[in-house]
Amino acid sequence: MTSMIPSQARPTGGTTWKRSVRWLRNNLFSTPLNSIVSLVCIYVLWEILSALVGWGLVHASFSPSKEFCGEVSGACWAFVHDNYRFLLFGTYPAESQWRPLIAIFMLLAGILVSMNRRFWSPWLAVAWVVGFFVMYIILGGGVLGLRPVSSNNWGGLTLTLILAVVGIAFAAPLALILALGRRSEMPFVRVICVVFIEVFRGVPLISVLFMASLMFPLFLPDGVSINKMLRAQVGIIFFQAAYLAEVFRGGMQAIPSGQYEAADALGLSYWQKMSKIILPQALRLVIPPTMSTFISLFKDTSLVTIIGLFDLLAATKAAINDPTWRQQYIEGYVFIAIIYFCFCFFMSRYALYLDREMHKGMSH
Amino acid sequence: MAPKHPSDTARPLMALLYDKTVRSIIYQVLVFGGVFFLGWYLVSNVQTNLDEQNIATGFGFLDREAAFGISESVISYSPQDNYGRALAVGILNTIKVSLTGIILATIIGTLIGIGLVSKNWLVRFIGKSYIDLFRNVPLLLQLFFWYALITNGLPGVRQALNPLPGTFLTNRGLYIPIPADNPAWFWVFIAFVVGIIGSFVLRRWSFKRLEATGQVFPHLSVGLGIIVGLPILTWLLFGAPVEMNVPALQGFNFKGGLNMSPEFFTLLLGLTVYTATYIAEVVRSGIQSVPKGQSEASTSLGLKPSWTMRLIILPQALRVIIPPLTNQYLNLTKNSSLAVAIGYPELVSISNTTMNQTGQAVEGVAIFMTVYLGISLLISVFMNWYNKRMALVER
Amino acid sequence: MLKKLTSTTAAAALSLTMVAGGVQAGDTVDAVKSQGYVKCGVNTSLPGFASSASGSWEGLDVDVCRAVAAAVFGDSEAVQYTPLTAAQRFTALQSGEIDMLSRVTTWTLTRDTSLGLNFAGVNYYDGQGFLVRKDLGVTSATQLDGAAVCVEPGTTTELNLADYFRANGMDFEPVVIENTTEVTAAFFSGRCDVYTTDRGGLASARMVSAENPDDYVVLPEVISKEPLGPVVRHGDDEWFDIVKWSLLAMVEAEEYGITSENVDDMLDSTNPGIQRFLGVTPGMGEALGVDEDWAYNIIKQVGNYGEAYDRNVTEKLGLDRGLNALWKDGGLMYAYPIR
Repeated sequence: MTSMIPSQARPTGGTTWKRSVRWLRNNLFSTPLNSIVSLVCIYVLWEILSALVGWGLVHASFSPSKEFCGEVSGACWAFVHDNYRFLLFGTYPAESQWRPLIAIFMLLAGILVSMNRRFWSPWLAVAWVVGFFVMYIILGGGVLGLRPVSSNNWGGLTLTLILAVVGIAFAAPLALILALGRRSEMPFVRVICVVFIEVFRGVPLISVLFMASLMFPLFLPDGVSINKMLRAQVGIIFFQAAYLAEVFRGGMQAIPSGQYEAADALGLSYWQKMSKIILPQALRLVIPPTMSTFISLFKDTSLVTIIGLFDLLAATKAAINDPTWRQQYIEGYVFIAIIYFCFCFFMSRYALYLDREMHKGMSH
Repeated sequence: MAPKHPSDTARPLMALLYDKTVRSIIYQVLVFGGVFFLGWYLVSNVQTNLDEQNIATGFGFLDREAAFGISESVISYSPQDNYGRALAVGILNTIKVSLTGIILATIIGTLIGIGLVSKNWLVRFIGKSYIDLFRNVPLLLQLFFWYALITNGLPGVRQALNPLPGTFLTNRGLYIPIPADNPAWFWVFIAFVVGIIGSFVLRRWSFKRLEATGQVFPHLSVGLGIIVGLPILTWLLFGAPVEMNVPALQGFNFKGGLNMSPEFFTLLLGLTVYTATYIAEVVRSGIQSVPKGQSEASTSLGLKPSWTMRLIILPQALRVIIPPLTNQYLNLTKNSSLAVAIGYPELVSISNTTMNQTGQAVEGVAIFMTVYLGISLLISVFMNWYNKRMALVER
Repeated sequence: MLKKLTSTTAAAALSLTMVAGGVQAGDTVDAVKSQGYVKCGVNTSLPGFASSASGSWEGLDVDVCRAVAAAVFGDSEAVQYTPLTAAQRFTALQSGEIDMLSRVTTWTLTRDTSLGLNFAGVNYYDGQGFLVRKDLGVTSATQLDGAAVCVEPGTTTELNLADYFRANGMDFEPVVIENTTEVTAAFFSGRCDVYTTDRGGLASARMVSAENPDDYVVLPEVISKEPLGPVVRHGDDEWFDIVKWSLLAMVEAEEYGITSENVDDMLDSTNPGIQRFLGVTPGMGEALGVDEDWAYNIIKQVGNYGEAYDRNVTEKLGLDRGLNALWKDGGLMYAYPIR
């Protein structure tokens, strides 16, 4: 994949000053029209940036006390100071909040480790499964002298991260199975996979979540209940797996049929053919759309707010509905928008990096 | 192939197991059995649960009186109407916000997409920043933010902002004047439709003539003239009515004119801004997919720049753009269901109310899932048709 | 082949079920006893009725949950609260996510029948009213023609609202928002002219959520009857009985004049009714399937109905007893004989 951004001025010769001038001339002031456009852009950017900086920094109150909120025209960041624990941990019992803190660090560490290609092995999957188990015990408690905490009280950023990471960890393998199923030669398997994929892709996520929270309990035998968070988690996994399956299928379709034929000619079994020949090539091709599906999944976890789970967004809404902080709604939304932005932006940059890494050494 | 087996009798059985067809049948039976059993198990559970707890079932409720109010509706609705009509109102509201959103998002997305391939670094920077910013924040959060900004940030009805004469901006929405009731407007609309049909016919005819005689007819400008001119002519014929229906403060709210509620506006704004980021990327990749040589070749053939754009670049770029664009349209339509969080009465939100008033969750969810599936299928059928039409004809 | 397949799948499904923490049909009592606490559905936030603002849950509805826990476990703290919106409450109950619902829920015929619920009594007699800003100058609900009205979806309130405006030949613009806190926030931001819900809820919004309660006024009209009470699932009679009589015990205690302060002295009472009630004379607990000191625990730990009302409604919302006074004082609270 080559990007076709117009080539920039070649940095040859001259002092830095001269080079900058040349760059400006080539990129911003090449023609009279271009110059006008540049000036307009500079004006617009200046207006926006000065308004943002003015609100968020210059005219803002950074005091942890709320009493200064009325005195400043900009943001009152005391909101963050007073509510950050609530936003991070939701209604988790205050004296035990070190537990979700550990869970957050475990998740972040897991993500960072998994991003490094050197650690990519089956052991990583095992480590994740063990990690999830440990995290579940730390959060849920009930053993080792930890006070039991119902998952109803898991909230805030902790819940958002759990939903996102567990979602990704389970959606990817499910999507792989669905994609293989859809390309299978067995008609019945294919039909089931097609129906599953198309149904979940055809409806909005919110309807899947409604189904999981409102309707699914009726599908269980009388009296049996599956935890609401788990139901929402499964809904998210199924929904994103359907999208991801189509991404994977696209990758498999892009592999020339010669590769399949060659593998067959070598006498490889179906699973050998897929795991050794086709999938390594196919998955490499679809890194960018896969990562954007993961980003969607991360953003979509916010929808659980609507079915009453207490994720980061729901916690923020609860915080700003408090009469004390009702005037600070912009601060609240901006603060968590930055959190969401950091995660998503980071993921999209990682996708670019990984895509480049994976295509290193492949001649084009 | 298979290693030698000590027991001869077991051999055919093993061979059978290794046989591809047999194995495939076994797999399929397993899958079928599993799916069938799961389905049967779930359905029977639903049945038992509904019976045991004495929960009503069936679609009979659709004929019963809904008895709740809906704030905005394309068709007339009152609480005396039945649930069926209430749901129809929801479907139409979904379509209304989706269509408007699709048009706006396409315009904004295209502009930004073109900006992304601009020669001006600043324009590209602004475009990219816009995309990064609005793409990496959840749509739901954006909706909440806009909604809070509108309801808290804008003044109340009594202190309404009055940016243009007759136009009012309040935390109850935007009120704009519309032409007062007059039979003329109906005929102007008819003239507009006739104009569109006429320009299509004209285009057909001009292509035929081009192929037959080689003469070029400026069908675009003439067609546009018909579409604009015919309604204006009709309007003049009816004596050019200029009377306006201006919103005015009456009791609690503004009356008259056209009202855009904060809920509708928020949803439209959120959907447009969010989807435009995706459309911009689609447009950018479409433009960049057409090699430079194409326009150079076209110019050297002596085609006018406007023709180069219309006949050479656009058809090729559109072939790349249309499929992902349709996907974005579909996503926008599905995302409109987030309205349930801010109280715009679209399909999901009305189904939700229906479910709560009747207690029939299964039926309620079934209805809105079916509607969305229907819309998705319809669009994908259209897409396939379009793709076939646009596919390269190789000679 | 198929048979074996079915049985394996059945086994798999069964184990799945067990993982999910199975509860047998109709045996909520056993399930509650084995899990060690009562799963009680309450409002997300309605100070006076259910609110966790102070760190622990409190309110009139919460006290019903606590009374049930005190009756079953002798510990009013053995409750797990699930905050629910109006739209989620019935599904949560139907699905077994909660054992009982105590969330200002109006007792109506359709809910009692086709929704598969059972109302265990009434802990608050209320009626629907309207809250408006004072500076609108509105003094009666009949002046509300054309107003924008904030209302929660899936409530009886939503239906009464439409009925009332229709009956009076008036128009309104409904602004429908699901969460109690959010619908009040929308009202206070000026999105609506009027907020309508039960008058208890209005008082709660005005006293607790408004920046200045004096800017707002509740209109005199009461447009509906709203008997609010705890709800359990249909088809589970033993549990139904426990919830019902726990509530009645609170009222009965007030009739006898037993409070959390004097309940220990009352154990020495010579009144045979009180002796039966407090389990000095055994029999009632056994009949109900709980400990004999069930009523003692309720009163000792939660208090009688009057105490709960004063603590939550009178003190926080400034509402007097009204319809919720004892029948002896002209109200509707009337405990059935415990014997």
